[in-house]
Amino acid sequence: MNWVVSAENIIDADRSRVGGKGYALALLAKGGFAVSKTLCVTSETYQEYVSRTGLRERILLELNRKAFKDMRWEEIWDCATRIRNMFLRKPMPPEISAELKEAISAAFEGKAVVVRSSSPEEDAAASSFAGLHESYVNIRGTDAILEHISKVWASLWSDAALLYRQEIGLDVRKSAMAVVIQEIVIGDKSGVAFSKNPNDASQGVIESVYGLNQGLVDGAVEPDRWILDRREKKIISHTPAERKYWIITGESGVQLDALPEHLTHLPPLDAGEACHVFDLALAAEDYFKSPQDVEWTFRKKDLVVLQSRPITTLSTQKNDDSRSWYLSLHRSFENLKLLRQKIENELIPAMISTADQLARQELTGLSDRDLAAEINRRWEINQKWTNIYWEEFIPYAHGVRLFGQIYNDAMHPEDPYEFVDLLTRSQMASLERNQMLADLANRIRNDPSLAKALSAGQTEDLDRQFSEAVDRFVEKFGDLTCAVTGGTQCEQDSDSLYKILLEMAAQPSPDADRKQSKDKDALQEKFLSSFEGQQKKKAIELLDLARSSYQLRDDDNIYLGRIEAQLLAAVRAARQRIADYHQRQTDKEIDPELIQVVENLDHRPEFQPSYEQKPGGGFVMQARQLVGQPAGPGLAKGPARVILHTAELAEFKHGEILICDAVDPNMTFVVPLAAGVVERRGGMLIHGAIIAREYGLPCVTGIPDVTKLIRNGDEVTVDGYLGIVTIGSSDL
Amino acid sequence: MDRTQEIKSRLKDLCTSQKLAVVSTQSGGQPYASLVAFVASDDLRHIFFVTARTTRKFANLTREPRVAILINSSSNEESDFHEAVSITVAGIAEEINDPERQDILKLYLSKHPYLDDFAKSPSCALIQVTARSYYMVQNFQNVMELHLDR
Repeated sequence: MNWVVSAENIIDADRSRVGGKGYALALLAKGGFAVSKTLCVTSETYQEYVSRTGLRERILLELNRKAFKDMRWEEIWDCATRIRNMFLRKPMPPEISAELKEAISAAFEGKAVVVRSSSPEEDAAASSFAGLHESYVNIRGTDAILEHISKVWASLWSDAALLYRQEIGLDVRKSAMAVVIQEIVIGDKSGVAFSKNPNDASQGVIESVYGLNQGLVDGAVEPDRWILDRREKKIISHTPAERKYWIITGESGVQLDALPEHLTHLPPLDAGEACHVFDLALAAEDYFKSPQDVEWTFRKKDLVVLQSRPITTLSTQKNDDSRSWYLSLHRSFENLKLLRQKIENELIPAMISTADQLARQELTGLSDRDLAAEINRRWEINQKWTNIYWEEFIPYAHGVRLFGQIYNDAMHPEDPYEFVDLLTRSQMASLERNQMLADLANRIRNDPSLAKALSAGQTEDLDRQFSEAVDRFVEKFGDLTCAVTGGTQCEQDSDSLYKILLEMAAQPSPDADRKQSKDKDALQEKFLSSFEGQQKKKAIELLDLARSSYQLRDDDNIYLGRIEAQLLAAVRAARQRIADYHQRQTDKEIDPELIQVVENLDHRPEFQPSYEQKPGGGFVMQARQLVGQPAGPGLAKGPARVILHTAELAEFKHGEILICDAVDPNMTFVVPLAAGVVERRGGMLIHGAIIAREYGLPCVTGIPDVTKLIRNGDEVTVDGYLGIVTIGSSDL
Repeated sequence: MDRTQEIKSRLKDLCTSQKLAVVSTQSGGQPYASLVAFVASDDLRHIFFVTARTTRKFANLTREPRVAILINSSSNEESDFHEAVSITVAGIAEEINDPERQDILKLYLSKHPYLDDFAKSPSCALIQVTARSYYMVQNFQNVMELHLDR
C-alpha cells in the first residue's frame, strides 16, 4: 500500500485520498505555478492507523457517551481533549511509520517543513473548514514530522471541527484526514489574495503582512489591504494597517514578535508587487476556472503559491459565520495575556471596590423613593458585572484549556487531565471560605457546651471569641443565608450557617493536607524540562497564566456573588419596610414606586420538576447506571442528597453524595461534607469538578436529567474513573 | 413521549428485530446459557421460546423456574461497542399447554415460520417466561431498568 504520494504523481483519481488542499497543490505544480516540494499522506493512511490501533471505535465510544445534542461546548472540548490524547499516545504501527519515514527523509532531508491538514470532506462538502483543522509550520526532523502528522489527524476531532461537522450534517463516522507536507518557504512578506471580491464582482482583494502568513490567517496580525480592479488590473485603494507585529520562525514552530521599527512605516507590498500578486490570483482563477482564494509568500523577489482554493464565502455565508463563532471560543496566548492584565488590574479590583462601596452605603436613612432608585441602581450594577462576566471572564477560562493542550502535547500523559494537578491548590476564594468554616467547626468540636447551645438553638449568648469569628466570616462571605435560601427571598439569619457548622463539627477533624502535593513540584519540573530556551520561557509564562485562569474560574463568581448580595440587601430592606407597613398599619404610606420596583425584581427561582416517576402501564422505570464524564478520579458510595433548591443545602449530611443540576461556587461550602459530587451540567473544568478535585472527591458531571433520575436517600456509587453513577444495590 | 414509554418502545423494537436470545437456566447453582429463537408478547409481559424436552435447559427450568434472557443487537462488529443495545430480562419460566398453546404457537410461528416442524413436534415444549424486570444497556454503559408489577 502506498501511504504517501508525491505531488507530481497525484492523478485525478487521487482527489478523495489526498484531500482538496493536496489535490489543488498538485494541479498548481502541474500548471507551472511556483510551488514548493510537496508530499501527501493519504486519507487511507489515516484509516489504516485508526483501524489497526483500535482508535476508530474508541473515538466513537467517546463521542457516544451521550447524545451530541445534549453536550455542552465544554463537554465537547473534554471529548476532543481525550481523543487528541489518544492520538498522541498511540504510536503508528511500524509498517506505516517505516514507509512514511523513508519517503519523508528522502524528500526533505534536513529541511524544515509545514505539516497541513487536507480534508477530503472539505472538498466534498464544498464548504470551508479553514482554521478548524490544524497546520504546523517549521517542523524539522522525521520523528517530529511524524508526531505532527498525528496532531493533524487528531485535529479532525477538535471541538470546533466536531461542532461544525455536526452543524453542516457530515457523518463523523466517515471522517478521514489527509496530510500535506511541504518544504517551508520562509517569506519576507506574505498574504492572501481573492481573485474576486466576494462583495463586488468587479474587484479583487489582497491582504498582506510582513513575515509568515500564520498571523494573518489566525487574526493575530492586522494586514494591509488593497482593492483592485479586475479588468484594468489596477489598484483602486490601499488601507494601511497599524503594523505592530509579525510572525517569524523560531527554533521550531513560529512566534509572534514586534515588527522592527523601520518596517512599521512601510506597506509590505509596493504597487508593482501588489499587481504581481493579483496577476497570480487571476492566473489561478483562469487555471481552476473559478474565483480563487490564494495564499502566497514573497521570498526575496520570488512569489510562491502556498495554496489555492475556491472562494466559498459567497455560497456558504451562513456556515462561515458559525465557523468563526466556534473558532472564537479559542483564544490565542497573546490575546489571553492582554485579557489577564485587564481582569487582574482593572476588573477584579473594580468588582471588589464596587461591592465594598455598596456595603458601606447606609440604606435605613433613605426615603422610599431613594431606596427604590438605589435598588434600580444596584440592579444595573449587578447586570453590568454579569455581562462583563460573560464577555471577559468566561473567555479567560480558555487559558486553562490552552495550557492543557500544550501540557498534553509535551507530556503525552495517561490521564489527559493530569495538567489540572499543576493548577490546583492555588488560593481560591472559595477554599479560603471553606477553611474559615472548618476552623469554626473545629471550635464547636472542641467545646461541647458551645455545641449544645447551638443544637438547642440558643444563639443569643454564645462564647465571645466564637461570635467574633462568626462575625468575621459573615462580614467576609455573608451568612450563607442567601446562598442557602437563594433568590430575593432570603432573610438575614445565621441558622443555616450554624446547621452546617454543627454537621461539620460532628465529624472527626479532616486531614489538614487533603491532597498530596509533593508530586506537584516534580511534575512541574518534568513539564518544564521538556522545553528549551525561548520555548521554556513561554511555557513558564503559560503555566502562570493558566494558574490565574484556573483560580478565576471560581473567584469571579464569589466576587460577583458579593455584588449580588448587595442588591439583595437593598431588596430585603425594601421588603422589610413594606412588611412593617402592612403589619403595623402605620399612617406612613409606602411610596408605590418602591412596591413596584420590588415586584419587578421578584423573580423566583425556577421551578424544577423533581424525581420523575410516572407509571407506564404497569411498568416502573428506574435508572441503574448513568454515564457522564469522569471529572474527578475515585470511587465513593453513599446516600444521595438531591439539591433542587439551594435552600436544601442546609440539610446536607456528612458522607452524602451531592447530586445537583449545577454546583454554583456560592454553594460549594457543603462539598467538604460530601463523599462525592454528581452534576447534570458537564465538563472537567466546571466549578463542581474543580472543587471536587481540590478535596480529592470522586466526581461525575454531565448526566442529563440526573436530578430527575435519582431520589434523595437512594444509595449511589460514584465511579469518578469511568464517569459512571450506579444507583441501588446489586440485587435483581 | 415520556421516558418510560421511550424505553418500552426501544425494548419492543429490539424484541421485534432480533430473532435469537440467550436463555440462562441453572442447575445446582451452576448457570447454563443456551441460544433460543424467541418471540415477545405485544405488552412485553411475556417472552416465549420452544425447546426440546430432552434438553439440559428444559430439565433445568423445570427444577428452577427463575431464568434470565439476554437479547441484543450486536453484529460482531467493532461498532457494536457504541451502537449495540442489549436487554436482560429476569423472569419466571413455565411450560404452556393447550388450549393457550395454540394461540401462542401461532404468534411464535409467525415470527419463525421455518421452525414449523420443530415447534409442533410432540417432543418439544412451549415455554413462557413472565418478565419481572428488564435491564436495558446502551451507549456501552448506560443502564435503565423497567420493573413490572406482579
